[in-house]
Amino acid sequence: MSNSTLSTTSTMTDSTRLKPLTATTAVDTERTETAIEARHLNIFYGAFKAIHDVSMAVEARKITAIIGPSGCGKSTLLRAFNRMNDFVPTARVEGEISLHGHNLYAASVDPVEVRRRVGMVFQKPNPFPKSIYENIAWAARLNGYRGDMDRLVEDSLRSAALWDEVKDKLKQSGLSLSGGQQQRLCIARTIAIRPEIILMDEPCSALDPIATIKIEELMQELKKQYTIIIVTHNMQQAARVSDRTAMMMLTEDGKRSGTLIEFDDTNVIFTRPKDKRTEDYVSGRFG
Amino acid sequence: MATIPLPPKAIDSYRPNLVGRHAAGRTWETIFLAATMVGILGLVLLMFNIINNAFGIVAYADKNDYSLFSPVPVEQLADSDLIALLTNELSTGAINKLNTEKALTTRSRSELLSLVYERILERKVVASSTLDQALFARADFEAEALAKNEAAQFVFRSWLSPEFLTEPMSSQALFSGVRTAILGSLLLITLTIAIALPIGTGAAIYLQEYADKSLINQIIETNIYNLAGVPSIVYGMLGLAVFVRALEPLTSGAIFGVTESNGRTVLSAAMTMALLVLPLIIVNAQEALKAVPDSLRQAAYGVGATRWQTIWHHVLPQAIPGILTGSILAVSRAIGETAPLIVVGASTFITADPTGPFSGFTALPIQIYNWTVQPQAEFHNLAGAAILVLLVLLLTLNASAIILRNRLSARRVL
Repeated sequence: MSNSTLSTTSTMTDSTRLKPLTATTAVDTERTETAIEARHLNIFYGAFKAIHDVSMAVEARKITAIIGPSGCGKSTLLRAFNRMNDFVPTARVEGEISLHGHNLYAASVDPVEVRRRVGMVFQKPNPFPKSIYENIAWAARLNGYRGDMDRLVEDSLRSAALWDEVKDKLKQSGLSLSGGQQQRLCIARTIAIRPEIILMDEPCSALDPIATIKIEELMQELKKQYTIIIVTHNMQQAARVSDRTAMMMLTEDGKRSGTLIEFDDTNVIFTRPKDKRTEDYVSGRFG
Repeated sequence: MATIPLPPKAIDSYRPNLVGRHAAGRTWETIFLAATMVGILGLVLLMFNIINNAFGIVAYADKNDYSLFSPVPVEQLADSDLIALLTNELSTGAINKLNTEKALTTRSRSELLSLVYERILERKVVASSTLDQALFARADFEAEALAKNEAAQFVFRSWLSPEFLTEPMSSQALFSGVRTAILGSLLLITLTIAIALPIGTGAAIYLQEYADKSLINQIIETNIYNLAGVPSIVYGMLGLAVFVRALEPLTSGAIFGVTESNGRTVLSAAMTMALLVLPLIIVNAQEALKAVPDSLRQAAYGVGATRWQTIWHHVLPQAIPGILTGSILAVSRAIGETAPLIVVGASTFITADPTGPFSGFTALPIQIYNWTVQPQAEFHNLAGAAILVLLVLLLTLNASAIILRNRLSARRVL
């Protein structure tokens, strides 16, 4: 299964500084193959510690949901996985996040490469103000894609379950689509550059229920090939789509840092959590 | 207004005082309306003053009677006779000079007549009136003019005329135009844009997209904002010291083999003007860049774009309409600037068109200033007409900014 990602990756010109999936140090069973792992991660905004000591191993080709109350650092943690926090001038990261045993925060790692390998879908659909075709082609071209561009655009749109809706209007602006379509276009754009991991930051919070269901169905398709980490406010969504759930909460030492309090299979988290706070939260008794 | 009845037995502890609140609102509305009216009144007075100067009756007289040169009034002579007359009466040098400007044979009848009036009959203004004098005190004006010169003839004149736009400057108000000044201003503005736009946009991109929020960068930014308020004469002094004097080999064109000029060239003036508008351009361009939503930058970074690719492919195309509009508005400030031009040495009297960045030049505001300080009324008429030209130039520039912005924003795929 790992070979499918590998073969597409090799069509890119700049692919090999982070070792491809074959080099993984994970244990041999598919169940515990680790795609990306945070170790003792602390994130600071200036003097404020936003994330306190998070360690989690995200399994490959699974959907991992990060849930927790507002302001507990879910998005901050998610953005640490592809170094998007680099753009916050005061942000500082301690600890490490490793992709195939490489620390993404090592001095030798180029964050631009990280973001190609770990793609991201944002809360608000943000297609480029370009044509639907260009939305996908731009990212691929940027990363040195040398193959058949028309083919890639079609494949990506098909994978994002958008092809049938847009195949006759590829020249139209990406912004002319509906919110749900825009979000799927953003997903298509992300998978066009064949990342290994897709981060989703509340991808459905700006969408209506029907568009939400489409995205959720799409995620089930995508996880056959990609590892997905999704931040969501919606616990039903986490229960519906995810295989693993990470529960985050503010620390109780008065510093209001976010930390991971429980990380387990989703059905465990939602039916027999070990932590009382998780139980309160998932059963709606929190706050 | 009728009060809506309360339900029975309701305890009403609110005193809405609707009448008082509405009255206060109306009072403020009136005050704001008055403020608007004051502004409009100011504009109307300004326009009246300009137009009042640009039109009026002119009393003129010929120093030399036509009978000295021609049996019939010169108006009745054929074009060839006019040319013959000019060739006979003027020195060979003067004729050669006229011919190099524009061959006599290719000149139109009215141009030839103007030459005859100016050079042979030596037609001069006796007195000149404003528009309100022409309309309401014509008799007084005419009596006054006749007292000065009993041969005075009267004609209603629009000082803003096609000849005014196409003729170079002249010491005779009747035959003076603003061609050199218009060309000077246009050349100046073009050079200013060419210098200031790339530098200003570049600085804005650096400050907005690259610079971190360190103390030094914040100090730099604040100082740029403050520079936008520095009086223009200060830039004039700077331009004189740096561009006219220190950089004379460059600004006079000496290093490019141009020998006939000193540092007081269009290029010096344009560099000074560019410095003057640079802070405004930087501030405007920064605002335009700030207005580009961060989600767009994140989208680009999220698919593995570098910072420069993000800026070049997404941020700049979005910001360009704003940057251009801001820059044109900033440059239109420069069009009307007089003080720095005086200091860097624009010529007040020049009849030759500017030929390139290394030529001496005059500009519309300089010309206007120069005419306003003359004692004779006819030069004030000329100044009024030149102000109208300047205003039209300014409005054209601003309108082009708006059209450009609208077209560029429409062309973006949205």
